[in-house]
Amino acid sequence: MSAAESPTLSAAGGTAPSQGGALPRVLAGVHEGVLDLYKHLDVHGPLPAWHAGRTWRGKAGESPLIEETFRAGVLGRGGAAFPLARKLHAVARARGTAIVIANGTEGEPASQKDRTLLALTPHLVLDGTIAAAEAVGATEAIVAVCELAEDCVRSLELAIAERESAGKAPHEPSLSLATAPGHYVAGQETALVSYLDGGAALPTFTPPRPYERGVARRPTLVSNVETLAQLALVARHGASWYRALGTPASAGSALVTLSGPVASPGVYEIELGASLASLLNAAGGTTAAVRGVLVGGYAGSFVSGARLRDLALSDEHLAAHGARIGAGVVALLSEDACPVAETARLSRWMAGQSSRQCGPCEHGLDAIAEAVADIAHGQARESRLAQLSALVTRRGACGHPDGTAAAVLSAVAVFKDEFDAHARHGLCERCPTPPELPFPRQPVTTETARRRTAGA
Amino acid sequence: MSHHVRVNPIACEAHGMCAELLPERITLDEWGYPIVDETPVHGAELQHARRAAQACPTFALLLERAANEP
Repeated sequence: MSAAESPTLSAAGGTAPSQGGALPRVLAGVHEGVLDLYKHLDVHGPLPAWHAGRTWRGKAGESPLIEETFRAGVLGRGGAAFPLARKLHAVARARGTAIVIANGTEGEPASQKDRTLLALTPHLVLDGTIAAAEAVGATEAIVAVCELAEDCVRSLELAIAERESAGKAPHEPSLSLATAPGHYVAGQETALVSYLDGGAALPTFTPPRPYERGVARRPTLVSNVETLAQLALVARHGASWYRALGTPASAGSALVTLSGPVASPGVYEIELGASLASLLNAAGGTTAAVRGVLVGGYAGSFVSGARLRDLALSDEHLAAHGARIGAGVVALLSEDACPVAETARLSRWMAGQSSRQCGPCEHGLDAIAEAVADIAHGQARESRLAQLSALVTRRGACGHPDGTAAAVLSAVAVFKDEFDAHARHGLCERCPTPPELPFPRQPVTTETARRRTAGA
Repeated sequence: MSHHVRVNPIACEAHGMCAELLPERITLDEWGYPIVDETPVHGAELQHARRAAQACPTFALLLERAANEP
């Protein structure tokens, strides 16, 4: 689904963009459509030059923006919630001229927030990319997007061209656009580095981590595009403004992709720590009884629909329910759906997205998908999944097997009644209903990525 | 400074030599890939671990030194 088809796009909360405590922030101004450079400057104002008069780019010191980002407490929005300031600091300290990669590949099937952001407010992402580059002393920055997201590619091409014709300041890094294949692990940071270096878009063994040795063997900051958009706002308004929203541990706002039985599914900007109920209200309420909700993404966790009114959207609140905000996915599952069939589709898809580089992931995810399908048909027990989960966890070069196993185990725990009933009686009357979890229309496999690399 | 055994799962092709040479640390899963005890290796065991790492046909078994340790 492109951003243009995205049914709604709005902020769950206030309206005035200029006050620290109000929403929307990163989505400010998008109700009037795409923010070209003029509208962008109108809404957000120019990016202040944090480097001016400083000598920190010689790496001896530290950019004051890194310190400000640390105080703001910006956490990565690509899924791992890694503190942005720590990443900036590590790249700034590493030997060699750094390079910045804005990661907008968004391989997560249930997420639309990055492509929405890129399609509607590309200049905020470019500002954040420039700010990050200046903070780490990079002279070059690349924005990477999924090649299937044509609206993002067009939007960024246009935005970069607008900046070029407006003329860039001498201290600004060069900006370029790269398109990456669309499979799930292509956005994993080592896979993206490998691809931008002319290799396959597949994860690599670490160390070295990209911050030590990345693209062209240079220290490389790989950061999610929403994280960089947030950085662009910290650079403008500072840490106190940033912290005026959110909780002490999860400051600021976040983009979430809401799907399932709600009146207006789509991308919303929320205050971190806001109740799920407030998000559902902003989306016009639920349209069916909710059996469960997948939080974070395909590698996230299911939470029971019975907890719907207790959930607040921040990691510290979600931890009690075994979930994390991850990539901002909130995918509701109605009581009309069969959670076992949904888990079977999810696990099969995730198995298909394995790079098939690491034995335990290659064989283990297939075995997990097979076991879920067997349970659905009444031909296996849930104990097999616990066993397989232990066999794949922490045994791949990347977190793909871990995330898949955790999501499946959370489904087994939350939908215990349905899994038990399937294990005993096989398929249910709800099994054949159409998928409710967002399911990719164009399945892209790592095999196609390999062939393309080989042919390129 | 301590050492530990680690597998590069991308390089590993399930030859299984490591489990034969270092059975006290390494067992094989149902597909033949090594499950490794990554706690520190000391003393005489270190020599066995080194031999196992050298015997891996794909150089996937690593004997790593833990840095930043007192």
